[in-house]
Amino acid sequence: MSEAAVKTVRKPRPKYLNLQALIFEIRLPLPGWISILHRISGALLFVALVWLLWMLDVSLSSEAAFNKIKHYAGLWPVKLSLLVLVWAYAHHFCAGIRYLFLDLDKGLDLETARLTSWIVLGASLALTAFLGWKLW
Amino acid sequence: MTGRIVTGAHYGLRDWLAQRITAVIMAVYTIIAVSVLLSGHPITYAVWRDLFAQGWMRVATLLFMASLAWHAWVGVRDILMDYIQPAGLRLTLEVGVLLTIAAYVGWTIQILWR
Repeated sequence: MSEAAVKTVRKPRPKYLNLQALIFEIRLPLPGWISILHRISGALLFVALVWLLWMLDVSLSSEAAFNKIKHYAGLWPVKLSLLVLVWAYAHHFCAGIRYLFLDLDKGLDLETARLTSWIVLGASLALTAFLGWKLW
Repeated sequence: MTGRIVTGAHYGLRDWLAQRITAVIMAVYTIIAVSVLLSGHPITYAVWRDLFAQGWMRVATLLFMASLAWHAWVGVRDILMDYIQPAGLRLTLEVGVLLTIAAYVGWTIQILWR
């Protein structure tokens, strides 16, 4: 075998997907962000439900306990966590409605899909701001 | 290929459909609950207790929780199927999720009918 035959053109190696590549190099399109946020918010809500049920349980047990929870919900780390959960619920809600329409073959073309993605993003943030303002 | 006979247990379709139906149930409950909470008086203990003392609210909340149980099971199972490859670990986590969901439902009943 000649020297030239050994030096064949090397195929480019497949890219190893490290975290840096996933976050900074692969550009997820907007509907993709809606999708992964829908998944993340769903998982978050499932895990946080134990905390929310605990608060519901305590708040319904007596007047003193209700006032304790009210005070507890006013502490800033608690307030911040609750706001994150309100956002998670609002996003999951809005994106979920978008998916129901997609299941009915409505809004499948690229332009509409992008537009409804922006609407989902904006509406869930607006709902979070509104409910946050109403609650405190 | 026409006239293809589709076989299988169809639980994929059932769960897919169930996730959407339960989503609609929860969405309706959410809209009603938020409107009730935002309409009028500030939420004191008396208002809060009386709201959950009403029969329709208890049943609706239980229906919400039952929907959430099925919905969350399909969703979390999908996540585990995507990211957890070792069968033993996945099965363990799935059992953990099912037990958690059962506990959530049991606790909700306890809270509503104490």
